[in-house]
Amino acid sequence: MAYDKFNTLISSAVPLPIENVDTDQIIPARFLKATERKGFGDNLFRDWRYNPDNSPKEDFALNNPRYSGKILVGGKNFGSGSSREHAAWAVYDYGFRVVISSFFADIFRGNCLNIGVLPVQVSPEFLQKIFAAIEADPNTEFKVSLPEQTVSIVTTGESESFDINDYKKGNMTNGFDDIDYLLNIKEGIKEFAKTRPF
Amino acid sequence: MSAKKTLFDKVWDSHVVHQIENGPDVLFIDRHMVHEVTSPVAFLGLKNRNIRVLHPEKTFATADHNTPTINQHLPVEDPLSANQLKMLEENANEYGISYWGLGHEKNGIVHVVGPEYGITLPGATIVCGDSHTSTHGAFGAIAFGIGTSEVEMVLATQCIMQPKPKSMRINITGELQFGVTPKDVALFIISQLTTSGATGYFVEYAGDVFTNMTMEGRMTVCNLSIEMGARGGMIAPDETTFHYVKGREFTPKGEAWDTAMDYWQTLYTDEGAEFHKELTFDGSQIEPMITYGTNPGMGMGISNDIPNAEAVQGGAATYKKSLQYMKFDEGDSMIGKPIDFVFLGSCTNGRIEDFRAFASIVKGRQKADNVTAWLVPGSHKVESAIKEEGILDILTEAGFELREPGCSACLAMNDDKVPPGKLAVSTSNRNFEGRQGPGSRTLLASPLVAAAAAVTGKVTDPRELMEMETA
Repeated sequence: MAYDKFNTLISSAVPLPIENVDTDQIIPARFLKATERKGFGDNLFRDWRYNPDNSPKEDFALNNPRYSGKILVGGKNFGSGSSREHAAWAVYDYGFRVVISSFFADIFRGNCLNIGVLPVQVSPEFLQKIFAAIEADPNTEFKVSLPEQTVSIVTTGESESFDINDYKKGNMTNGFDDIDYLLNIKEGIKEFAKTRPF
Repeated sequence: MSAKKTLFDKVWDSHVVHQIENGPDVLFIDRHMVHEVTSPVAFLGLKNRNIRVLHPEKTFATADHNTPTINQHLPVEDPLSANQLKMLEENANEYGISYWGLGHEKNGIVHVVGPEYGITLPGATIVCGDSHTSTHGAFGAIAFGIGTSEVEMVLATQCIMQPKPKSMRINITGELQFGVTPKDVALFIISQLTTSGATGYFVEYAGDVFTNMTMEGRMTVCNLSIEMGARGGMIAPDETTFHYVKGREFTPKGEAWDTAMDYWQTLYTDEGAEFHKELTFDGSQIEPMITYGTNPGMGMGISNDIPNAEAVQGGAATYKKSLQYMKFDEGDSMIGKPIDFVFLGSCTNGRIEDFRAFASIVKGRQKADNVTAWLVPGSHKVESAIKEEGILDILTEAGFELREPGCSACLAMNDDKVPPGKLAVSTSNRNFEGRQGPGSRTLLASPLVAAAAAVTGKVTDPRELMEMETA
């Protein structure tokens, strides 16, 4: 499914300064029973966000009215654990378009790129600057530029570049997905398949 | 002379259909396994694009993640689970995919049944919408978990787009001590590397410890590769592998077998081939392991005390939050902590060898009264072997019941949920907060440690209950 095109985003951010945030926290397994990609944002961080009686946990960042925006900022090793794309869907469906961390788990990063959420990996030092800026003023805006591959703190102008391969950058910019690409080379794939022994 | 290649290079390079400059490789997939939870949206994508499955004969579907483990002959009560199972069956039928649903004799956990029926082969590329697909690397396959968008890609084109990971070799030399199992080896490695220490890498396990390991043991180790962040792990195929694979239902036969063997015997890392990273550990130093925190990297030898925050890698705040969730303190001993649940099963430790190990300890003893035990075979084939080998009798006499196959309490999508605050010794793969049910607390360990906890009602060093084998 093609997705939204991404170019430049300027937004405030929601901080989650915790390391090793795993996909079971992002979307617990009991919420994986849908057969359509709908409504996963309601259960994003379900057990950190809500008490067992479904009342909100007021100290959790998503429930704190100080924080808002389309950028989620997480600690090191964000998205570790399972391959459930539902975790990326939940992040997207809640309204985030960018996740910033100093380190991402592989499958989560790939899933984000495949659905139009931009994972932005920054240095541990810059991550701490971002957390500090949000802490000092939750309305601090960040500019994420895909063409320039940079993330900056708008008020101070401090900036850092991030990596993304040219292919994925093109996909994100144009809203293409991998299946579009693969279907275009299907004849070559069919030829290759004939060479496989099993 | 051609360049020296690693095992991983040999298998990966032979599956590259097309390379994109400063982009991913287009990788051909030999085997695609599908289950009910991560496939419905992918099939929906095919319908929306009006395309068919390109290679249904390379695609296999089984129901496992949310299936009940009792009364499987009755309709599934949870309407959402029932709907996902129905969707899988309908999709499999519509696209001509082998489907081993609930009640089918071949039903079981996807990563248990794949090897059992010879779907898993050396030198193959294998994917599934499940991170523990790394299990199949035990056969010298490149196997890894994928997201639902990628499931759709493989259904549509039998290919996936992936940048080639870096390579890492982990050597474990020497001989394992008495009471130390493949699960302990894996938990030891993860405790050394942390849950992100192998992110970006594909791992080859090498050394005497793996050479001497059974296929079941190798599967346990490769299964847990993802828990240190690696996309997958693999072990070069050898006589142990070929012996296991030969004669299974989907294994090549006759001339095709000979051709396959000619290829499989070339699947090893060339002498002098280089890895991006190489680590070596002494296997004789590994103890039976147990985890004490909320990720699989928070593990230690069972006789150790929980480390202080200052002594561990990573942030102290996250570490303390984890111990707070577990209701443990720095410096605590795990030995003697009372437990409430024991779970034997999952794609990590739900194979026949795991039930043999568990039975070896509970034989002649009784389940502790304070323990609820869920013993869940990985497949009907494992269940049959448990009965045929007389293990069921041992378990029954010791006060245990055997359930029906499935993923069960590993991720608690069905009714097998550990209640809030309860402490479980589990042979599965993840001890994340709430993994086994909201508020549940999980200690990951081997089947031997699980059995020792089940009969004593507390965390116990299994070696105290085992008779030293005499030479």
